[in-house]
Amino acid sequence: MKAAMENRKGRFGIHGGQYIPETLMNAVIELENAYNRYKDDPDFNRELTELLNEYAGRPSRLYYAKKMTEDLGGAKIYLKREDLNHTGAHKINNVLGQALLAKKMGKTRLIAETGAGQHGVATATAAALMGMECVVFMGEEDTKRQALNVYKMRLLGAEVVPVTTGTATLKDAVSEAMREWTRRIDDTHYCLGSVMGPHPFPTIVRDFQAVISKEIKEQILEKEGRLPDAVLACVGGGSNAIGTFYNFIEDKDVRLIGCEAAGRGVDTFETAATISTGREGIFHGMKSYFCQDEFGQIAPVYSISAGLDYPGIGPEHAYLHDIGRAEYVAITDDEAVNAFEYMSKTEGIIPAIESSHAVAYGMKLAKELSKDKIIVITISGRGDKDCAAIARYRGEDINE
Amino acid sequence: MSNIKKAFENGKAFIPFITCGDPDLETTKKCIYEMVEAGADLIELGIPFSDPTAEGPVIQEANVRALSAGTTTDKIFDMVKEVREKVSVPMTFMTYANVVYSYGAEKFIKICSKIGIDGLVLPDIPFEEKGEFEDLCSQYDVDLVSLIAPTSKDRISMIAKQAKGYIYLVSSLGVTGTRTEITTDLDSIVKVIRDNTDVPCAIGFGISTPDQAAKMASISDGAIVGSAIIKLIKEHGKNAPKVVGEYVRKMKEAV
Repeated sequence: MKAAMENRKGRFGIHGGQYIPETLMNAVIELENAYNRYKDDPDFNRELTELLNEYAGRPSRLYYAKKMTEDLGGAKIYLKREDLNHTGAHKINNVLGQALLAKKMGKTRLIAETGAGQHGVATATAAALMGMECVVFMGEEDTKRQALNVYKMRLLGAEVVPVTTGTATLKDAVSEAMREWTRRIDDTHYCLGSVMGPHPFPTIVRDFQAVISKEIKEQILEKEGRLPDAVLACVGGGSNAIGTFYNFIEDKDVRLIGCEAAGRGVDTFETAATISTGREGIFHGMKSYFCQDEFGQIAPVYSISAGLDYPGIGPEHAYLHDIGRAEYVAITDDEAVNAFEYMSKTEGIIPAIESSHAVAYGMKLAKELSKDKIIVITISGRGDKDCAAIARYRGEDINE
Repeated sequence: MSNIKKAFENGKAFIPFITCGDPDLETTKKCIYEMVEAGADLIELGIPFSDPTAEGPVIQEANVRALSAGTTTDKIFDMVKEVREKVSVPMTFMTYANVVYSYGAEKFIKICSKIGIDGLVLPDIPFEEKGEFEDLCSQYDVDLVSLIAPTSKDRISMIAKQAKGYIYLVSSLGVTGTRTEITTDLDSIVKVIRDNTDVPCAIGFGISTPDQAAKMASISDGAIVGSAIIKLIKEHGKNAPKVVGEYVRKMKEAV
């Protein structure tokens, strides 16, 4: 099945492709060649594994959430603790891989987009570690929502460029990073943060994030002696979700559930739920589903979560949706905030507001399923960065 | 075969670009008439897109102004249809893949053909992805214009061999916008293009002064200018058509 999915270069069914300016074509071809050269190279993989284990703290824990399970009274809930990684999210898995690859390619400068700031912080971290220059593009709106992460990036030595165009959020940060890449290609690698953009990015990022499902599989087999009934993750572009799904795609009995940000609801304009409200389109280098109007203008999406506030979804998710292999559900701001608070109080774990979308659906699902079922929720990041915003959501103004 | 070759029969071509609906479609229409009057050989009409990733700030803002004014693809089609009754100069649409794809590529290209649009410039459709649009373009006699960039290197001959209408040679790295200096070795790129095709080649990105236009046209078949004109439209608003006409006359004389 994996082979069939990629029988055309960079395609997942009809999705994917390389819809980018000619100026960037040789850059993505160079990247693809380098990736093909290094992905199975033992030295490269040894180096990457050492970074992931010694620096980022992998493998991350698969934690049995006993209190949540008992309180909800249904399926057994496990949490894949990507929040415990260095820099506090799954983003570091991909960034260490790409930074190492960029270094092998002789690049000396990393550029990146960021929404919530987690990918920006991870990229700035890898750049600091590997002695590379780093510039991060971040929507101005998000620099306000995630001021602490802006400070962290600067502390790590990166330049943070606030993007004021469009909705001044993640989509505009991606556009600006792409523009910057066309300005300066020779020494610069665009360290894309999700399973999106032109080929080979969706494949590269997925492969670097697939460690999540590889570990879940090993860990759950060890703890339970069987595969889970469902794995859940939040989806913006969809990198932690594809990482969570990938090694289960061929295990047909494992449900794959992606949780999109519905914002104020899928029946409102203030939503970022692409599968629920979008349609096929071509944007940011890929064919996939996008929130757009009847003339193909990209919609100004909204979510409380800066990391899920994106009008598209990675092409492999679009494909998994088309063939019915994965399910995509929409979770509102309210549901996510409730889950954020619930998990904090019940398990003593503060999840990122992005991950809280997956927790929210996990709570519903666990109640529906019987006690002999097992679900795994990926906690893609930690929620420290969100505390001030959630306090504001609840009407409390606190200083960060 | 479209009308485009006519644009290159009158010496070196001067090709102005404007964003449709900036500040409104009435002004766009008047600008087209003035530019034709002033000697424009081919006109590139931008259909605004919410997220124009190949554009610099000047054209990005024009897109925002046009969309805020309520410009839509259908309204642009109506405007072009009206203009085509009076104007015989070749015209192309420049827009982003999603505008065409989302409208229904076949429906979009069929309308282009019907209202007298000769070509389509899609900066986010590289050689590898052109198939799904080019087949339809051929069917309806609309040329899908190929772009070649300073980074194209070994790709130039492959692109040139299959080019139709004209080749849009991107002068510099980066996005659209005026530049004080263009440093790319364009001569050698044009030479490879010439070795592979007879399709004319016009240079765009960063050109604003008559001197630059003359220089670019001297090494190719024409010069394409966008941001410099958009700046005039931003400055003069509804009064822009006359000023734009004067500018185009000056540039045409220079090339």
